[in-house]
Amino acid sequence: MISADLAHAYPELILAIGALALLVAGAFAPKQTTLVGGGAVVLLLVAAFAAATQPLGVAFSGALVTDAAAAFSKVAIYLASAVAIPLGQPWFERRGVKTFEFPVLIVLAALGMGMMASSGDLISLYVGVELHSLALYVLAAMHRDNAKASEAGLKYFVLGALSSGLLLYGSSLIYGFAGSTLYSDIAVAAGQQANTGLLFGLIFVICGLAFKVSAAPFHMWTPDVYEGAPTPVVAFFAAAPKLAAMVLFARVLGDAFPAAAGQWQQVLVVIALASVAVGAFAGLVQSNLKRLWAYSSIANVGYAVLGLASGTSEGVQAMLMFMVLYMIDVTGFFACLTALSRQGRSMETIEDMAGLIKERPALALAMTVFALSALGLPPFSGFWAKFYVFKAALDAGLWGPAVIGLVGSVVAAFYYLRLIKAMWFDSSAGATDRPPVEAKTVAVGLALFAFPLVLVALTWLDPAVAKAAHAFGLA
Amino acid sequence: MALQAIAFYVMAAVTVIAGFCVVSARNPVHSVLWLILTFFSAAGLFVLMGAEFLAMLLVVVYVGAVAVLFLFVVMMLDVDFAALRQGFAQYMPLGLLIAVFLAAEMVLVASTVATKGAAAHNDTPMASGFGMDAPNAEAIGRVLYTDYVYFFQASGLVLLVAMIGAIVLTLRHKPGVRRQVVMDQVLRSPKTGMKIANPKPGEGIGE
Amino acid sequence: MNAFLLEYLPIVIFLGIAAALGIAFILAAVVLAPTAPDPEKLSSYECGFNAFDDARMKFDVRFYLVSILFIIFDLEVAFLFPWAVSLMKLPAEQAQFAFWSMMSFLGVLTVGFIYEWKKGALEWE
Repeated sequence: MISADLAHAYPELILAIGALALLVAGAFAPKQTTLVGGGAVVLLLVAAFAAATQPLGVAFSGALVTDAAAAFSKVAIYLASAVAIPLGQPWFERRGVKTFEFPVLIVLAALGMGMMASSGDLISLYVGVELHSLALYVLAAMHRDNAKASEAGLKYFVLGALSSGLLLYGSSLIYGFAGSTLYSDIAVAAGQQANTGLLFGLIFVICGLAFKVSAAPFHMWTPDVYEGAPTPVVAFFAAAPKLAAMVLFARVLGDAFPAAAGQWQQVLVVIALASVAVGAFAGLVQSNLKRLWAYSSIANVGYAVLGLASGTSEGVQAMLMFMVLYMIDVTGFFACLTALSRQGRSMETIEDMAGLIKERPALALAMTVFALSALGLPPFSGFWAKFYVFKAALDAGLWGPAVIGLVGSVVAAFYYLRLIKAMWFDSSAGATDRPPVEAKTVAVGLALFAFPLVLVALTWLDPAVAKAAHAFGLA
Repeated sequence: MALQAIAFYVMAAVTVIAGFCVVSARNPVHSVLWLILTFFSAAGLFVLMGAEFLAMLLVVVYVGAVAVLFLFVVMMLDVDFAALRQGFAQYMPLGLLIAVFLAAEMVLVASTVATKGAAAHNDTPMASGFGMDAPNAEAIGRVLYTDYVYFFQASGLVLLVAMIGAIVLTLRHKPGVRRQVVMDQVLRSPKTGMKIANPKPGEGIGE
Repeated sequence: MNAFLLEYLPIVIFLGIAAALGIAFILAAVVLAPTAPDPEKLSSYECGFNAFDDARMKFDVRFYLVSILFIIFDLEVAFLFPWAVSLMKLPAEQAQFAFWSMMSFLGVLTVGFIYEWKKGALEWE
């Protein structure tokens, strides 16, 4: 019985045992940080392969679900985490923080995110959320001699703890009224009769998860944390954790509460529209690029939630597609910021970027691609992402929200264009430092994906996402 | 039943009063001491419900470790708590709103439990398999390490992350501090630890 | 249910006696001890000088590290109790599994312990 269960947990086992081994190796040879980092990358790649090839099914009496959606999102999460290590570790070492804990924490965070993506039970939901967010709090504050990073870590921790509390409170209400923590049992209990207690629990869980994906009105922590935390760490936690939390969202709503779709759809539409509005309008007044991109990520999460709000399998498909394409955009953009500095000081404001096209043409071009993609201009990847979401929303009859989403997208275009104008047409603000090769490689590679590789990638992403979306209990 | 009712009301009253004192005490150290009393009486309430394992955990973990941590933290921070309290009145309405909301939830839960019984559709093995005859700790032990092994191991990893996090964020070695190296100290022999010098009169060892 | 609660009677009696004794001693000190307060007697005394500053000083952050590591191992111990109580009562096959499951849990934390040890988090300097 147990060996069959373990076969479903190979990616988790690989990551857990590997993380332990790396930790011991690092403890005995603290100087070999590069070796530990390389080991972590290999581990994540192996785990991604294991996730892609593992048998589908349910293990540990329903706690671990390995369906097509879990496999798809785990591969995406592990790959995104693997990119974060070469991006982050040299950055920290240039600043005199030579730690082997950084890759180990990323591996453990990836493990937690994978558990979230394949949770079939409220307890595995909570444990996965805690595992990944604890690691993220530490990563945010890792540059501990920097006051801003410490502040970011603390803010992230306090608000994250609050959202965990909401999740737990909601979960205990659901357990109390459904009599089980298994999604499938909850779905049965929720289907039998309309139950206010269950609904209350569900709303609490939605609030807790909205915190985790930084959707309005639970977005307050995002700009501060993004601004304060080290840039490569932001590149990590703006991408993979969001996907994990969105998949978790889809799991709770689709697997445990398909019967209450009418109720949660309303809540999600409100959350989605609020996020789009906050992201679009509050972003207009930002001059710090990390804050700006924080608002942009709030708006983008709004679109992903809008896809989910359709309440259909097509909506989930749109959400998955959106998140994967968005992950590439946001990681690439923050990789650009990681690469750029002027006289040892990182360039974080729009004014800093003035005339960048003459200084660093490759990076400026990459940043232009990411901005245009986030703006949703065809044929960049962001356009396809939004295309899926709006199509799903329109097919589900959400005309109003779709129109408001489009308006938000037009408003947000202003700040992306402002950045592009600064880079292309303003006069240069002085020479920049030589960009570190690893950050530049990541940035340019991802920019190439955003356009034109995305057109090729869509041909196999589309069926994969469709297959993943059908794993959820939505029609 | 009367005994139980009396015990319940006494402990519930102590919990609420002590909880109120945690918030209203002027000295933060006193707050922590009140918090310990709150934990203790809450543990008593758990015992009344028959959840003795939880009661024990509350005493061992919360009173024994978490409250001590709180005391350290309170003493570690040089925070002017009087200044922190300035905003108290300002945030009062919001706090009250949340309190009312939570109270409403409690009423909802309590009324449902009273009318329908807890977990009306409950036929999961955890809830019905082992009756009240097995003691709590045993009932938990029967499933935690076998049926719930996934959660059990995952929580081990959460503890590991907490450990790494605490060390990464707070451990720093001061430079220039001479530390114990047990190996060197144990391996020290008269040969390595002693130098025989033969100073001439009036010159000293000359170092 | 009452029989179950009666098992806790010794604890209640113990708490009662402890509380009564404690209060009695405090009261006795208040009632019996001679007190003649005087501002000079009550002021803090520091070798003939007036006190320089507050006697409460900040604790070192290392106390925090020690206590958080203590909490983690305390929680680990909390997981051991139900295991110790139930292990021998499980059917043989399950007992074996439960045994190894606890061993791997302890293994994870032992790795953490090795890490702590090598990092020098357990040394005071």
